Amino acid sequence: MKTLRELFDNLREFLVAVGAVTLFLLRMLAHVPRALTRPRLIIEQVYNSGALSLVIIMICGVFIGAVVGLQGYEVLQRFGAEESLGVGAAFALLKELGPVVTALLFAGRAGTALASEIGLMRATDQLSAMEMMAVDPVLRVAVPRFLGGLISLPLLAMIFIGIGLYGVQLVAVQQLGVEAASFWSQMRAAVSIDDVTDGVVKSCVFGLTCSLIAVYEGYTAIPTAEGVGRATTRTVVISAVLVLMLNYMLTAVMLR
Amino acid sequence: MVQSEITQTQVPRPATTDNIVEIRDVHYSVGNRAIFSGLNLSIPRGRITAVMGPSGTGKTTLLRLITGQLRPDRGQILFDGVDISKLSTNELYQLRLRMGMLFQNGALLTDMDVFENVAFPLREHTDLPDELIRHIVLTKLQAVGLRGAARLTPAELSGGMSRRVALARAMATDPEMLIYDEPFTGLDPISMGMIVRLVRQMNYALGITSVVVSHDVEELSILADTSYLLAGGKVVASGSFVDLKDHHSEIVHQFMNGLADGPVAFHYSPAPDYFTQLLSEDA
Repeated sequence: MKTLRELFDNLREFLVAVGAVTLFLLRMLAHVPRALTRPRLIIEQVYNSGALSLVIIMICGVFIGAVVGLQGYEVLQRFGAEESLGVGAAFALLKELGPVVTALLFAGRAGTALASEIGLMRATDQLSAMEMMAVDPVLRVAVPRFLGGLISLPLLAMIFIGIGLYGVQLVAVQQLGVEAASFWSQMRAAVSIDDVTDGVVKSCVFGLTCSLIAVYEGYTAIPTAEGVGRATTRTVVISAVLVLMLNYMLTAVMLR
Repeated sequence: MVQSEITQTQVPRPATTDNIVEIRDVHYSVGNRAIFSGLNLSIPRGRITAVMGPSGTGKTTLLRLITGQLRPDRGQILFDGVDISKLSTNELYQLRLRMGMLFQNGALLTDMDVFENVAFPLREHTDLPDELIRHIVLTKLQAVGLRGAARLTPAELSGGMSRRVALARAMATDPEMLIYDEPFTGLDPISMGMIVRLVRQMNYALGITSVVVSHDVEELSILADTSYLLAGGKVVASGSFVDLKDHHSEIVHQFMNGLADGPVAFHYSPAPDYFTQLLSEDA
């Protein structure tokens, strides 16, 4: 009986949290047209979330590409199909690894930075001060950061995929001796615009999810050191779980 | 001068009264704990009003109620005759353009320097050219003696300097009422003296109304025209400092003279017997 009640309470808490996040998203979306009239604020956040994440995205991209190259070659050479490595790597990076790994890295680097920044603004009364100056913090603080993340993540994912393919090529062509012409030509022949679109759609969805969670967690953080720390941790955990869940759902829909 | 998108919604402005703020029978609770139960209080226009009380009596909560950051459970809070608790968010924001608030820690925006902090409300609410904004900001910084610190970041300021910058920012849009939340806490005597002088100067030079929440009796005795002492969710004494000093109530006597013994107990209760607790094995 007690377990059932706990289960019911947890379910209720979960639904309340989902409702709160949805309302927060709707509140932000209502402010988007006004936020777009001040592009400088959004560009600043694209720089903070996107440009400052570039190094980690590029480093991880080249190493993940290199591993895909090694493992792919190991499997394909058993069937004498190592020339198809480019095709397999392109599909893996475009449709799965690119959007998913970029989103996980984004949540760890930019998401935590966003959540802790906004949480600290809450803890040091900066958001209250804005409200007292008749400035809506959702419009001035939350929406530009949300849009900055939403724009940055797909761009970072594209860069990750590009660098990842370079990593594959480094290992496959330069190190393992796969013929460069067949590597690139098979890839070009097999990859269609729909495959690219799938990756872009996924990274847009992940961009929305990660930015929303980071901004929401920061905005609703308990205004103490512990509260901000917890918001930062929750940002990473919730974002990671949601990205992996959504990735499965999107893949299932896209494969139909 | 103030020209914001939020001003599109017009708040009705009834006939001016002598009190800029009137609080009538306000009840406010947090959970099961009643902070105010039937609070009545008036803030006269153009004067400096002090709101005092022991820690935890709800002084900051009162400020948040006056500024509409919190809504009362019952009762009315009138700003210039308008009931704040009945206003929509847009109307409330428009009303806040007529108020300025100095937070206890300054609450400066940490991603901007001093100049941009003071310019912030002007940039948000006006279409003034940069040159004019520069003149206004430098004037306000000159008034608080920090024109030379215009390009410092908030992290480079002392506590007293942060509060002076916050004061310059609060004055930037020329509000009718300035609210100070614990402006003297943690300041050295020089900084405290500067803040006291600034509050007086601002009030009388600009003809604004000031509300100072604090428990620094000495500073408030120099500063305030009218004072309220809160305790137990109500006003227990009000009037001039002389009235409060001579008040017959035990709690007022204890507070005004800083006595350890009195109705406000030193030990938080309920607590078990000291020796019983020391001898018991419970933590």
